[in-house]
Amino acid sequence: MSEALPPVIGQGVDLAATDDDRPMRAREVLRSLRRDPAAFVSLIVLLLIALIAVLAPLITPHDPLQTYNDIGLGPQGQPLPPGTPGFLLGTDALGRDVLSRLISGTQVSLVIGIVANGLATIVGVTVGVIAGYFGGIVEAVLMRITDVVISFPILLLCTALIAVTTRSTTNVIIVIALIYWTTLARIIRGMVISLKHREFVVATRTLGVGHLRIMWKHIIPHLLPAIIVYATLGVASSILIESALSFLGIGVPIPQASWGQMISDGSTYFQIAPWMLFIPGICLIVTVMAFNLVGDWLSEMLDSAAPMAR
Amino acid sequence: MSRLDGSDLVNGPSSRSRAGEALLDVRDLKVTFRRSGGIGRRASRVPAVQGVSFQLRAGETLGIAGESGSGKSTIARTLMGINQASAGSMRLNGENVGALRGRRLAEYRRTMQMIFQDPYDSLDPRMKVGETLLEAISLRTTKPTDPKRAVEGILDQVGLSRSFIERRPRELSGGQRQRVSIARALCVDPRLILCDEAVSALDVSVRAQVLNLLKDLQEELGLAYLFISHDLSTLRFMADHVGIMYLGRLVEIGTRDEIFENPQHPYTRALLSAVPEPIVRDRSTRLPRVRLTGEPPSAANPPSGCSFHPRCPMAQEVCRTVAPPLRATTSGQDAACHFADPVLVPEPARIGADA
Amino acid sequence: MFWWLARRLGQMALVLFGVVSLAFLLVYAVPADPAATLAGPNASAETIASIRAQLGLDAPLWEQYLGFIGRLLSGDLGTSYVLRETSVFERIVSALPTTVLVAIGGLVWQIILGVPAGIYAAYRRGGWVDRTVTFVSLIGLSAPSFWLGLLLIYYFAFSWGLFPLNGLGDPIIWYLVLPTFTLGSGGGAWYARMTRTNMIETLDSPFVRMARAKGMPERTILWRHCFRHVAIPLVTMIGLDFGYFLGGVVIVETVFGLNGIGRLAFDAISNLDTPMIVGTVLFSALFIVVVNFIVDLLYSVIDPRVRLQRA
Repeated sequence: MSEALPPVIGQGVDLAATDDDRPMRAREVLRSLRRDPAAFVSLIVLLLIALIAVLAPLITPHDPLQTYNDIGLGPQGQPLPPGTPGFLLGTDALGRDVLSRLISGTQVSLVIGIVANGLATIVGVTVGVIAGYFGGIVEAVLMRITDVVISFPILLLCTALIAVTTRSTTNVIIVIALIYWTTLARIIRGMVISLKHREFVVATRTLGVGHLRIMWKHIIPHLLPAIIVYATLGVASSILIESALSFLGIGVPIPQASWGQMISDGSTYFQIAPWMLFIPGICLIVTVMAFNLVGDWLSEMLDSAAPMAR
Repeated sequence: MSRLDGSDLVNGPSSRSRAGEALLDVRDLKVTFRRSGGIGRRASRVPAVQGVSFQLRAGETLGIAGESGSGKSTIARTLMGINQASAGSMRLNGENVGALRGRRLAEYRRTMQMIFQDPYDSLDPRMKVGETLLEAISLRTTKPTDPKRAVEGILDQVGLSRSFIERRPRELSGGQRQRVSIARALCVDPRLILCDEAVSALDVSVRAQVLNLLKDLQEELGLAYLFISHDLSTLRFMADHVGIMYLGRLVEIGTRDEIFENPQHPYTRALLSAVPEPIVRDRSTRLPRVRLTGEPPSAANPPSGCSFHPRCPMAQEVCRTVAPPLRATTSGQDAACHFADPVLVPEPARIGADA
Repeated sequence: MFWWLARRLGQMALVLFGVVSLAFLLVYAVPADPAATLAGPNASAETIASIRAQLGLDAPLWEQYLGFIGRLLSGDLGTSYVLRETSVFERIVSALPTTVLVAIGGLVWQIILGVPAGIYAAYRRGGWVDRTVTFVSLIGLSAPSFWLGLLLIYYFAFSWGLFPLNGLGDPIIWYLVLPTFTLGSGGGAWYARMTRTNMIETLDSPFVRMARAKGMPERTILWRHCFRHVAIPLVTMIGLDFGYFLGGVVIVETVFGLNGIGRLAFDAISNLDTPMIVGTVLFSALFIVVVNFIVDLLYSVIDPRVRLQRA
């Protein structure tokens, strides 16, 4: 997939010591936002999308699963184009309201994207921190496991896992998380390795502070800026992965509306109903773009607070 | 460190002691770094510390001087457990440190603490001073009843006001940060503090303040210091005994006065002669400036025989082949030079000046 | 050097072993029964049982596993459950050329689309080129590749008839254009961004400013100093992508109807064709692992600062 899986560039970020390691103030955040209008707009867009996702059941003009065989299809049984009264964005091949399905799909994409990514982040960070901090055989074992997962052709993994279990939203979430955690694990491990050689970590260790406390109180807080950035970008990735899975037919169970599924439906009918293809695609692009822009902005903003060389 | 009395003169090995009185007893410490091979690179061994022995008694300061790469920092870090010793023993209060694990190791760590060179990086930038100190205090075996008061007390001891509890490292100057580091070390109630170039990164004026603080604390609390520095004038001020390191070996070790007033090893003489301020009491005993020729050596590939011979103004044939042992000299200290005893010093013949 | 090599090869073997075992176990854990799937919905119990016996599926797990590993080590990948008489190995090898072509094509597009754009955008930072490149690459990143592929088909193939709709024919290059472009678009966007970021970093660096101050011509600066800094992460990415593509890119193959390894694997999974599944998985993993290894090798040659082992 050419979806945006953030690559491991060299050793990842370099957490050089600076005088400016400090938490951000709200004022600085706002100032940074003003300087980056694209991010500002994206943030608003995301809030809107989140709102839509949350309110989805309430704001759909029609039932997204309802097939309107009579009013939803034209005289030859073809889907109705956008602008048709009652169906703002037209209907699909089964006479379902595109707009309603779109809104419902927002929920799917967002929930799956955020939860899957959250899971991946937790697992990835845990593995990365443990591997990087302890080194030695622990690291070797963890990294080999990571390698195995990475080497496993991703989509095959998904397909296999979904074939093993049944199609359900939960499984899709788990599968996506399973793909994504490895990227994060590698990156975090690199960062932890450079962190653990910093004088204050060494000093704290010589004090006799326990490993767990060091990882929790000293290492992870320094990883937070990077984690936040990668998490944001990760939601974008997760959403794209989910849509790919749905497209291939191994995503959320039909007839639940999902943007990827809609695109898949649209691919068979694009000759007569191109909007079926376009509209969900554009939604995807806008959402993912918004996440990417916010992720970029966060990365720059946190970069100026605690400079990371890329 | 015990003093030399007439009975153990001449050729005995340097580890004289009054048994059982040394707080820290290091014997024949060896630390070798290994780099494993990779693409286009063979495995290498760097013998950073080659058989160093010394002792430190409670309440005293042993200074260790040398250039970068001499192994002095490595000694400190090995003592603290940051590096692994390859051979030799390190005993704290008679306890063999290398063999400790788990809780005993943690206890040991609290007896001995370290102050690092870099004031900027040795404190967690994301934690307030108070948090850092509280974390350290919580490690005491007997927890204080009121940790906050204890922290305030320690801040007083290092000369910082209580307002510092709320401050973050980035708001502090270098000298203040080192004071916080010292405070952190004091939190666990150590008997011995390793100062690894603790003031080298500070402005000269601030240096004096911190050094004075360290001296005061030593008197107040009976602390012992292992003070590592490349700056001899600092050692002159701080140390009771001084050891000079060159390429992983102790080339000279004795009391402060013995070293500064009557250096036996040519390297020590060179170092002392290069110090810009007068450190001997009267000009008549001032040492002539000794310039070392040749390249600073690589620790991975030490020269044969006496490792100093390529740069030594007094080198002879024997120096190239036989490494001189560290042994007692008539002026009191131990020195590792074939010609250390003043009676035997020949005319300087520059053999092997360009290795 | 030798030890490093040995250690690396050992790691690779371990990883491959892990991958293959995982694949095997995964399939075994599937609640569905390959024999039943093969026999069809109306088969009798006896038919199913006999198929099971034929395929050796009635043996306990560990026996199947060991037999499987044994055969693997002697180079035998077995025959497909579904397509009888077809050796898994031959089937994969026959699908390989398609995948290789698409993979190479995709990479070529990624490099062509991404690198010059990224360099130029960094060079004229803030200009309209820069802003366009940034914007377009953002879209390229954010758009699902299958959607893009479908759009391309719709316009370029369907509406305007410039390219064939799907499959592979003659001249093969023509058939490859759309699929490889689709494959390369997302990566191209990434390369553009990455190159741009790295380029900017280098251009701002002290030694480039120094070179300029010395009066070095721009061209030389670009080539000698900047390119190296940019090339290193790029080479890593290219390598990783290549390894990954070689494993088969199911989406592009599905959208464009290409019979590559990805599609093969996908179908195999749907049919619970165990030997085929494991075979394709092994191949992809092999590619990924080998290419990673080569990338590491190259990396250490290009960038001597890289430590291969910790001191």
